[in-house]
Amino acid sequence: MSIKIKCPEANHVCDKNQYKEATFWEKVRLNIHLIFCKACRKYSARNMKLSKMVKDPKVKVMPKQVKEELKEQIKREMSK
Amino acid sequence: MLKENIIDATKWVDRYSDYLYNYTIVRVNDREIAQDLISETFLAGLKSKDNFKGEATERTWLISILKRKIIDYYRKINSRKGKAEVRMSYTDENAEGDWLEERVSDPFDKTAEDTMENEELGMAIMNCLDGLNEKQATIFKMKTIDGFDTEAICNEYNITPSNLWVIIHRARKAMAECLEEKWF
Repeated sequence: MSIKIKCPEANHVCDKNQYKEATFWEKVRLNIHLIFCKACRKYSARNMKLSKMVKDPKVKVMPKQVKEELKEQIKREMSK
Repeated sequence: MLKENIIDATKWVDRYSDYLYNYTIVRVNDREIAQDLISETFLAGLKSKDNFKGEATERTWLISILKRKIIDYYRKINSRKGKAEVRMSYTDENAEGDWLEERVSDPFDKTAEDTMENEELGMAIMNCLDGLNEKQATIFKMKTIDGFDTEAICNEYNITPSNLWVIIHRARKAMAECLEEKWF
């Protein structure tokens, strides 16, 4: 595999990297790509920012279990 | 989106619970109470769904019910405490000492503004999630906020990993754009 990658792949690696799922070599190739590609640098920066924001403890989703219980409750209430 | 004036209560939890949850948590600051209030809201919504005239969207309507529930909750805790009585106490009951010096705020602590910013951020993210389609939004939330791994999500939705990454990519792009407008 060549050291140069194209933008779609760079974006894909960048996405994976947000979840710590990119391999070491993928990251190396991504960073080399970022040196000369302005568009991907921009995407990468935004992507990092988004990850940081979402990690904020104030951003919550309801626990899945609670959701299931709620669904059950609504179902029961509707069949009355 | 549904036709505005048809109510589909079976979809409420998937569609609105996270939004309502963030809305409530900002206001009551307690997970359990928030969950109770939301469940009450859904039940109240079911009971009065015939009154829903389709003038607002379903979500706005649910929020308006939720608001009343939150106000009721405030009233309840207020009357229990003895109305307008002002009490000052340590947040930690066991801490010793009442000296004012000990109450000087910690400059490294979070300021009220920080917390406010965070709270608004939660809602901003929820609003942006609204702009995605339902599948993108759920998968993005599962992967990013709940932290499920790729395999688990793929199994649940019966998609391949590359499908998943395409969905994630589209969602992230849309989210970044949306948040950039409102936040960055």
